[in-house]
Amino acid sequence: MGGIRKIAARGGLYTVVTIFAFFGAFPFYWMVIATFKTDHDLFSPLNNPFLFNEPATLDHLKLLLFETHFLTYLWNTFLVGAAVVVITLAMAVPAAYSLARWAGSWGEALGIGIFLTYLVPPTILFIPLSRFASQMGLQESLWSLILIYPTFTIPFCTWLLMGFFKTVPKDIEEQAMVDGLSRLGAMVRVVLPLSISGLLTIVVFAFTLTMHEFIYALTFISVSVKKTVSIGVPTELVRGDVFQWGPLMAGALIASIPVAVVYTFFLDRFIAGFTMGAIK
Amino acid sequence: MAQVEVRGISKHFGEVRAVDHVDIATAEGEFLVLLGPSGCGKTTLLRMIAGIETPTSGDILIGGQVVNNLPPRARKIAMVFQSYALYPHMTVFRNIAFPLKAQGFPREEIPTKVEWAASTFGIEKLLHRKPRELSGGERQRVALARAVVREPSVFLLDEPLSNLDAKLRTSARDELQQFQRRIGTTTIYVTHDQVEAMGLGDRIVVMKGGKVRQIGTPQEVYNEPSDTFVAGFLGSPPMNLLEREDYIAGFRPEKFLPVSVYDTGEPLVKLWLVVHRVEHLGADRLLYGIMRDTFPNEKVIVNIPSTVDLKIKTGEAQEFAVKEKDIKFFDRSTGLRIEPRRFWGTR
Amino acid sequence: MATAEERPVQAGIRDRAELLAKLMIVPAIAYIVAMIGFPFLMAIFYSVSDATTGDPTLRIIGFQNYAAILSDPVFRLALKNTFFFAFVSQALVIVFSRILAASLMQEFRGKWLARFLVMLPWTAPIALGTIGWLWILDSIFSPIDWILRNAGLLGTPGALLGPETNMYWLGRSGLAMASVIFVHVWRLLPLATVIQLAGLSSIPRDLLESAEIDGAAGWRRAVEITIPLTLPIIGIAFLFGLIFTFTDMAVVYVLTRGGPVHSTQVLSTWTFFKGIQGGDLAQGAAISLFLFPVLAGVATLMLRLARRTEVV
Repeated sequence: MGGIRKIAARGGLYTVVTIFAFFGAFPFYWMVIATFKTDHDLFSPLNNPFLFNEPATLDHLKLLLFETHFLTYLWNTFLVGAAVVVITLAMAVPAAYSLARWAGSWGEALGIGIFLTYLVPPTILFIPLSRFASQMGLQESLWSLILIYPTFTIPFCTWLLMGFFKTVPKDIEEQAMVDGLSRLGAMVRVVLPLSISGLLTIVVFAFTLTMHEFIYALTFISVSVKKTVSIGVPTELVRGDVFQWGPLMAGALIASIPVAVVYTFFLDRFIAGFTMGAIK
Repeated sequence: MAQVEVRGISKHFGEVRAVDHVDIATAEGEFLVLLGPSGCGKTTLLRMIAGIETPTSGDILIGGQVVNNLPPRARKIAMVFQSYALYPHMTVFRNIAFPLKAQGFPREEIPTKVEWAASTFGIEKLLHRKPRELSGGERQRVALARAVVREPSVFLLDEPLSNLDAKLRTSARDELQQFQRRIGTTTIYVTHDQVEAMGLGDRIVVMKGGKVRQIGTPQEVYNEPSDTFVAGFLGSPPMNLLEREDYIAGFRPEKFLPVSVYDTGEPLVKLWLVVHRVEHLGADRLLYGIMRDTFPNEKVIVNIPSTVDLKIKTGEAQEFAVKEKDIKFFDRSTGLRIEPRRFWGTR
Repeated sequence: MATAEERPVQAGIRDRAELLAKLMIVPAIAYIVAMIGFPFLMAIFYSVSDATTGDPTLRIIGFQNYAAILSDPVFRLALKNTFFFAFVSQALVIVFSRILAASLMQEFRGKWLARFLVMLPWTAPIALGTIGWLWILDSIFSPIDWILRNAGLLGTPGALLGPETNMYWLGRSGLAMASVIFVHVWRLLPLATVIQLAGLSSIPRDLLESAEIDGAAGWRRAVEITIPLTLPIIGIAFLFGLIFTFTDMAVVYVLTRGGPVHSTQVLSTWTFFKGIQGGDLAQGAAISLFLFPVLAGVATLMLRLARRTEVV
């Protein structure tokens, strides 16, 4: 009796998880299929779309890599991401430390205030920002993205880092000061090395969040060679108004999977910061 | 080596006066203990001396120099925190070397110094370990080694033994004192444990509510408490305090013994005590009772050493006595010590 | 011998905590004020002006823009759609994420893979994931249609879903709306699941064990213990989901561009089409600001919930 019930429960569990995993991953599976199917196979409505009815091909990949700006998009994305990471670290680390350590009750309130600015949606900001960008001559420039992306990375990363810094015992810093460091020195030489996992988290998030960004990139960049992957792929791999499905799917796949893998490792920390410490 | 002096020092956190106008001066090479219940301001005082906390008012002098405006690193002090505050990402070696490096000590001399400090506390074998791989006692030694390595002129210790288990604490206390005697560095030691304070201190500063209640040698603060707080805080069980209409009389439980124990001609004060309960603690017996006739509302504790082999019956009045000179008198309203007077209530 | 004695040390800026505290936070605050605060005020300003992309001069024209957008049927449709999409998708997300989280609480083989796959819609860039759906929902080559055709539900005279060979998922207004909601659910399910997972694992074990000893298991345990205890966290997941769907533009933009005939238009896409592509900054700003009071309300509610969970 008990045994059967146990097996049934186990079976139920696997069924539920499989359904959800399938649901989550299906579009990506579909990208894989499309990436390696010949156009003829892809565009025959009678063919079973789940199978390779004709031998697999690398044509789409070749087209994507050598005949489109895909690699340029990747490079642009990397440039923007790296620059945003640097700016975010430079601003969020001192701010978070200051809020976590030195600010009393107003620190907490200010921290929450900064976090809330993360929730001000791009859809409100992009109209004024687009005007600023054009007035500063930054239209069609990656610099506009580099300048604007920290609007979502700084609030979020500051908040997240604040939590990390708070976990470093105050004693250790004070000890470092007694041991011969200045207040600033204690932060740089003791607190930062102890928060290395937090800093790494920030780097990963700042980078992945910029890779995910869509609205600003769409608004500010329309020249093909300046695009990032998240807009380049959906807007450029179209011939006339016909989608080049094979290369399009290949591009989406190549750009998403690495980000997804890295992101997954840091997901729990992301959520902890996200829920404002409501969840430990 | 240096003297430490604080003059009229105060620290207010908002409305709270954590330290309230305190004056203390150590002697050269002295082991000074700051003793008091939690929240009495002793740690805050220590932190101000270290430079981690800024005083609201008053001066701090180390070696005769006012250091109020100097950061901690410029005060030639070493501090051991209650948590030991070892750098978790560094090995024991790098922990001990840290103060040397931070001060720009010549690089090639560092290993010798570290080894010297480590050998002082017998932790040479642990140098390559990380703090999380150490036991509580080992961590404490590492913290001490890190404190002595650059030969500071003052040691500040904040309850360094409170994280050790009881057995280890006794031996660590002994080592600590021997070590301090050997190097003769002025040491200020914060604790809430009166046994530690009595055992370690050349002098004890008893604090309460941010104020100093008494400064004196362990014998002085124990035998001649300056007020009822000190009388009650030191000693376990604490001094018996009996309230009269115009004064409070106090005597130590171990000074109040059955009359038959006394054989001298010294003047005694005799009192009848009804014992309710007896606790056998091995070396001592504790008797809990009331003085039915004289002070019916006051509970009294008697501490009889096991060497006194006397039968004590519960529920019956028995005659106990205390030497007249062992009775201390305090003002009823202020709690402060007053001149000896005739103990009212003798029959 | 100690070098420290030779080097006079004075307290400098790097020792002055209060000054450092201010200096270190100023850049971030300045940036936020300049790049979020100021543009936000400008958005408000534009919304009561006659700003356009072409014309650099501005005139204050009061609430005309708001009046104009309110009388625009597309705006009213977009407003309705925004709320409809957000609430329907988040209601579904909460139910599904609850089921999924309860499953992922248990140990089983291949859990890391399941977790990775389940999280993909959130961890992969949204625009790219949505493209996958664009191809799945294609008007001719949709694999869903292929299955329906082969099951005899579509494409033959008298079939349940009609005689046409395709469903035209994104071409018919009802189906397009369903598709948009579906993709929103797909996208936000992982986030809600992780939040719920964290909520479930924060319930003290002994509480669950004592409930089990008291004879509560399965549904009963869920209804009487875990759901009430995690209610604030479920609330947080729901509100975050709302904010994300309210403000997201990628899903609708990539799938339908608001079509067919504005049937999937939402405020974010309408802002974009009107304000950026149409060049009418003033009306665009007015449209985008319309939702702000709602967002602020949701955020406040979320903070309250977060506070409450901290106390527990």
